[in-house]
Amino acid sequence: MEVGQMQRRLVDYTKSLFMEGFLDAQFLQLQQLQDESNPDFVVEVVSLFFDDSEKLLNDLTMALDQPNVDFKKVDAHVHQLKGSSSSIGAQRVKNACIAFRSFCEEQNIDATLRCLQQVKQEYYLVKNKLETMLRLEQQIVAAGGSIPMIELGF
Amino acid sequence: MVMAASETKFHVLAVDDTLIDRKLIEKLLKTSSYQVTAVDSGTKALEFLGLNNNDHHDVEVNLIITDYCMPGMTGYDLLRKIKESSSFKDIPVVTMSSDNIPSRINRCLEDGAEEFFLKPVQLSDVNKLRPHLMKRRTQTNVNKRKSMDEIVSPDRARARYNELEVK
Repeated sequence: MEVGQMQRRLVDYTKSLFMEGFLDAQFLQLQQLQDESNPDFVVEVVSLFFDDSEKLLNDLTMALDQPNVDFKKVDAHVHQLKGSSSSIGAQRVKNACIAFRSFCEEQNIDATLRCLQQVKQEYYLVKNKLETMLRLEQQIVAAGGSIPMIELGF
Repeated sequence: MVMAASETKFHVLAVDDTLIDRKLIEKLLKTSSYQVTAVDSGTKALEFLGLNNNDHHDVEVNLIITDYCMPGMTGYDLLRKIKESSSFKDIPVVTMSSDNIPSRINRCLEDGAEEFFLKPVQLSDVNKLRPHLMKRRTQTNVNKRKSMDEIVSPDRARARYNELEVK
């Protein structure tokens, strides 16, 4: 596949992520902050998000598996996940966290377990999408092309 | 020996316990041509400023931007400590939070924060910092000119910490 085709495929793929609500404008901000002095900025931030989220999801699973659930602790973890997903623009993960927090407040064990499943699902979805997108970018760069900037004019 | 104000970059001390947010705020600030030191707690921030010891400190910090929700010392606690310190009360402090809680925002602003940013912080927020910094610099230069007439001893060299990340 030649570079032009790859670039078009990347643009279409990235646009679909915005259209489907996986990513929001904050992700665009990250891309805009990337420059020659820090060409791997987006990859670095996204990697931090993956590491951070996986740890938090483990902590949440354990916290909700206790005989006496400490909802304050659960809420603290969700708060952190909400923050980091918001910082990278992972909109659906962020929204799932917002719902999660309201059930923590109610101390509703069944609802919070469902929320955990929901957050996990959204996380793995966006992780998959971001990895695909970053792989496409790598292929373009390896072929000597440049990453096209996305215009959100739709 | 007077340094022209336009030659020296403003030095911002950023405080946030989350690595992602620290990385983000650092990039936003550097993109806006600030010199940045990022630390992960209020305690480390105070240590960096030299508040916890009585030695002379050679650090010049022009603005502190801090997250609100941090374990141990919150951003609000840090704000109070800075404003209660005779050496540092004039350093402008900006607080940030991912939660939009009006009572929290008002409390910070009432107790001396110049601005309160909602996370995720945008470049447009960082652009709001400059007036606070320019105002202080003008005031400091006026004071310096006054005291230069009275002081005969040579300037003490000030150490500059360039892009130091304190973990």
